[in-house]
Amino acid sequence: MTRTRFSRKRSPEPEKEKAGGGGAVMRVIVPLQGVVQGSGGLVLGSIIPCALFYFLQFYLKRNRDDPNDQNESNSPSQTQNPTTRSPSSGQLTELTGLTRTPSRPLLSPRSHTGPVSISGRVHGIVKGSDSPYYVGLRRVKEDQYDELGNPNGVIQLGLAENKLSLELVKDWLAENASHAILGNGKELSISGIATYQPFDGLMEFKVTVAGFMSQVMENAVSFNPSQIVLTAGATPAIEILSFCLADAGNAFLVPTPYYPGFDRDVKWRTGVEIIHVPCRSADNFNLSITALDRAFNQAKKRGLKVRGIIISNPSNPVGNLPSRESLYTLLDFAREKNIHIISNEILAGCTHGNEEFVSMAEIVDHEDVDRKRVHIVYGLSKDLSLPGFRVGVIYSFNEEVLAAAKKLTRFSSISAPTQRLLISMLSDSKFVQTFITTNRERLQRMYVQFVAGLKKLGIGCIKSSGGFYCWADMSGFISSYSEKGELELWDKLLNIAKVNVTPGSCCHCIEPGWFRFCFATLTEKDIPVVMERIQKVTETCKLKS
Amino acid sequence: MGLLSRKATCNSHGQDSSYFLGWQEYEKNPYDETKNPKGIIQMGLAENQPKTQMQQVSKEMANPFSKNLLFSKITMAIPEFKKALVDFMSEIRGNKVTFDPNNMVLTAGATSANETLMFCLAEQGDAFLLPTPYYPGFDRDLKWRTGAEIVPIQCSSSNRFKITESALEEAYQQAHKKNLRVKGVLITNPSNPLGTTMSRAELDLLINFITAKEIHLISDEIYSGTVFSSPGFVSIMEVLKDRQLENTDVWDRVHIVYSLSKDLGLPGFRVGAIYSNDPIVVAAATKMSSFGLVSSQTQYLLSAMLSDKKFTKEYLSKNKKRLLKRQNKLVSGLEKAGISILESNAGLFCWVDMRHLLSSNTFEAEMELWKRIVYDVKLNISPGSSCHCTEPGWFRVCFANMSEDTLKLAMQRLKSFVDSMNVNDSNKSHQELKNARKSRSRNKWVFRLSFQSFHDREQDER
Repeated sequence: MTRTRFSRKRSPEPEKEKAGGGGAVMRVIVPLQGVVQGSGGLVLGSIIPCALFYFLQFYLKRNRDDPNDQNESNSPSQTQNPTTRSPSSGQLTELTGLTRTPSRPLLSPRSHTGPVSISGRVHGIVKGSDSPYYVGLRRVKEDQYDELGNPNGVIQLGLAENKLSLELVKDWLAENASHAILGNGKELSISGIATYQPFDGLMEFKVTVAGFMSQVMENAVSFNPSQIVLTAGATPAIEILSFCLADAGNAFLVPTPYYPGFDRDVKWRTGVEIIHVPCRSADNFNLSITALDRAFNQAKKRGLKVRGIIISNPSNPVGNLPSRESLYTLLDFAREKNIHIISNEILAGCTHGNEEFVSMAEIVDHEDVDRKRVHIVYGLSKDLSLPGFRVGVIYSFNEEVLAAAKKLTRFSSISAPTQRLLISMLSDSKFVQTFITTNRERLQRMYVQFVAGLKKLGIGCIKSSGGFYCWADMSGFISSYSEKGELELWDKLLNIAKVNVTPGSCCHCIEPGWFRFCFATLTEKDIPVVMERIQKVTETCKLKS
Repeated sequence: MGLLSRKATCNSHGQDSSYFLGWQEYEKNPYDETKNPKGIIQMGLAENQPKTQMQQVSKEMANPFSKNLLFSKITMAIPEFKKALVDFMSEIRGNKVTFDPNNMVLTAGATSANETLMFCLAEQGDAFLLPTPYYPGFDRDLKWRTGAEIVPIQCSSSNRFKITESALEEAYQQAHKKNLRVKGVLITNPSNPLGTTMSRAELDLLINFITAKEIHLISDEIYSGTVFSSPGFVSIMEVLKDRQLENTDVWDRVHIVYSLSKDLGLPGFRVGAIYSNDPIVVAAATKMSSFGLVSSQTQYLLSAMLSDKKFTKEYLSKNKKRLLKRQNKLVSGLEKAGISILESNAGLFCWVDMRHLLSSNTFEAEMELWKRIVYDVKLNISPGSSCHCTEPGWFRVCFANMSEDTLKLAMQRLKSFVDSMNVNDSNKSHQELKNARKSRSRNKWVFRLSFQSFHDREQDER
C-alpha cells in the first residue's frame, strides 16, 4: 500500500543523487555504531560522524559536478528505490525520477567537456517498455488470435478499442467517403482542405462535433461550438490542459485506479505531478471526498501546489459513472480549494445499463460562477471507433484557457481532409442515431455475457455502466496478496491462458488482484473461448490455494 | 478563480512578432480579385499551391483499389505510407541517399516534428544554435514548451549570409557566457527566409563543428523539393555518406525534419516526419508522437499518390519549373522598382534588399517602412527583424501562393510606391534646401548636411 506513496515522495528530488548519498551513508553508520558502543566512547563517537559527514558532503559535491559519472555510480545503490525496478510502474516511475531538475543548471556551471547526451526526459524510454501494458501489447502483435488462422494465438483483452460497431462506420465510409471529402464532384473542393487551416479546427467541424457530443449525451446538455478547441486526439487534449493549468512542479489529484496513459499525458513533458487519491472496492471504487481532502492536505504538507482534479466519467478502468450528487460535491470541493476540474468524458457514448450518465457540463449549466474551473475532454476514438483519425476535443467555459489552448493546438492539429470527412459523417443524424443506439445495445449484450461468463469461473466484477471493459476481482486466485502476486497471475494469463489483460497495478490500484478485461474487440462467439482459457489458469490457482 | 500556468500566459511564444501582426492585418482586409481588389495581398505566407497535386489526390479517391485500403484498416497507421514517404524523400535527393522507414517517426506537421525533436534533445538550460535570419516560428516551436533556448549564429550580407567558422565559434561562446549548454545546431536547408541551398562547403564545416563539439545537428529540409535552379540541393545525409561517416558517432547525431506542407502544398493534411539514425531518439520521438499523430485516413489518402513513381517524378519537375517561372516574374517586377534580391535557387519566397529605401540604417526605420508597405501599399511581407536578421532593410516576399495576375498587381503597387517615395524624397530634400537658403540665422553645417543628403539619396536609388 505504501508502495505508490513511496515513489511519490521521491519524485520531486533528484532521485539518483539522493540514493547514492543515502546508500553510502548507511554503509558507514552501522559499523560506526559498533565503534561507539564498543571501546570508542563518546569522543570518537562524535568526531568520527562529523568527519564522515564532511567527507560525505565532499563526495556528493564532486558527483554533482559530473552528472554523467553519477548516473552510473549510483545504479548499484538502488536499495532505497525498489520502485524504479518494479516492472509494473517501471517505465513511468523511472521517467518521473529523471525529469525536470530545472535548478541544476543554475546551481553550478556545467562542465562543457564530455559528449552531449539527449534530454533527461528520454532516458527511461528504452528501459521502460517492460511495463505489463506494453509487454502484453507486443505479445499480441507477435501472436494475434484469429479464429481460423491462429486459434492458439493470444487474445487481446487489454486494448480499450471498440470494434463492436465498427462495420457501421465502414459501411458509411464505403458509400459516402469520396463524396464527403471532395464535395459534389462537380467542383474540386480540395483546395479548401489542402491549404493552411485554423489550427484548432474548422468552425464547421466544431459545430458538428458540438452537435454530436449533445446527441451522445442524450441531449441533456447542449455544447457551444465557440467553446471548443480541437486537437489531434484526446491524448494531446489532456497534455495541453496540463500545460495550461499547471506549472512544472504543481500537481493534479487523480483518483486511482486510473487510465495508465495519464502518467504520460499529464506528467511527462509538462513536469506536472499526479497525486493518487485511492478508491476502494468497499466503496465500489467511487471517489470519496474524505480521500480527496486527505490527499489535498498531504500535498500541501509536501509543499506541492494542487491545481486541479482529473476525473474520468465514465471511469477507466472501473467503468462506473459518478452520480449527480457526487459531481455536485466534487464541484463544491473544487470551489472551496479554488482549483480546476478536468472531466475526461471520452467514453460518454459507451454507456450501457440503467445508470444515468451526467456530464460535468450539465452540472455547471446552471451555475454561472463556477463554470470557469470546469474543462471537459472528449474524442472520437472510443465512441466512434476511430482512434486513427485523431480527433480530440477540449471544451471549456474559461476564455483564457481556450485562448491558450488554441495557441498550443499548432502542435497537434487535426488533418483537414479528415475533418471534412467527419463533418459529413456527423451531420448525417440518421446514421449517428442508429450508430449510438446500436453501439449501446451491443455493449450491453457483450457486457452481460462476459460478466456472467466470469462469474461462472468465480470471478466477480464491479457493477458498472460505462466503458467496454469490466473490472474483475481475481484476488482469490493470486498466490500472495501483493503486487508481485498480481503480476505472477498476469504472467500466467498471458503465457498459459494466452489472454492479454491489464493488471490493476498498471492503473495504480491500491488493492492487488484487480484486472481490467476489455471485451469490445471480441465477438460473441469468442466469449466461450476466452472463458475456457481463463479457466485453465483459475483451476490451477484454485488447486494451489 | 485559479490562474493559468506561466506557460499559458507568457509571451515568449513569439506570437506578437511583426511576422504574425502582418497576418492579422491581412485577415482583416484580404485581397480578392473580384470582391476586394483593394485588399492586402498576402506575400507573407510560404504556401505552395500547385494544381496538379490536387487533381491527383481526387483521382486517387475515385480509385476503387484505394477505397478498399482505406476502409479495411481504418484505425491503424499503415506501413505503406512510411515506405512511400521515404521513397519520395529519396527521389527528391536524386536517389543519392536512401532512408530506412524504421528510422522515421510521423508527426502532425513539421511544427510538431521540430518541437518533438527539441523535447528529445534539449531541456531548460540547454540551447541550440541557429543561423540568422531564421523562420520566426522557431522561437515558438523550439522554445515555448521545451524550455530550451536559441542562440543565433550571426550571418551577414557581406558573404551572402553564409555560415562561417568564426560565426559558429562566436555563437558557441555566447551560449557559454549565458550559462547555457549547447546541445546542437539547427539549420534549415534550403533556407527560410533566404531561399538558398547550403553549399557543400558549409555542410562540411557544420559536420566538422558538430564532430568537434560532439553535439547534434538538426537539418530541417522541408523545402528540399522546391529547389528550382542550380546549384542543386545537397542533403546533409549525402555529405555524411560521401565522407563515409556511416559508422561513426556523428551519424547518430544528425537528424532530419521533413513535411509535405511545402513540397506538395498540403499543409492542411498535417504530415511531418522526423528521421534519425539514433534508435533512442526514434523510440522517444515515437512515444512523443502520440501527442501529434498523422491521421490514418490521411495516410491512406496520400499513400497511393506518393507510391505512384510516375506521378511523383512528373510532379517534382513541374513544381520546379513553375517555381522558377514565378520567381523570375517576381525578380523582374522588383527590378523594375529598383529593388534587388539575394540570389536564390529554392523556396517559395525571396530575400529582398530594401536597405536603400530605409530612412536610416536602423530597425526602427525598417518597421516604419514595413508598416507603410502593409497599410499603404497593402502588401503583407515579412520584415527581416522578425527573422532576427542582424542588418535592417531585408524583407521576405513570398510568391508561390498566388496567381500570376495577383503577383503582377503586387509588383505594380510596389513600383508605384517606390516611385512615389523617390518623388517625395526629392521634393522633401528640395524643400529643405530652400528653407536652409532662406533662413540666414541657420548654421551653415545644417545647410551643408541637407544638401549632401539630397545628393546621397539620388545616388542610392539608381
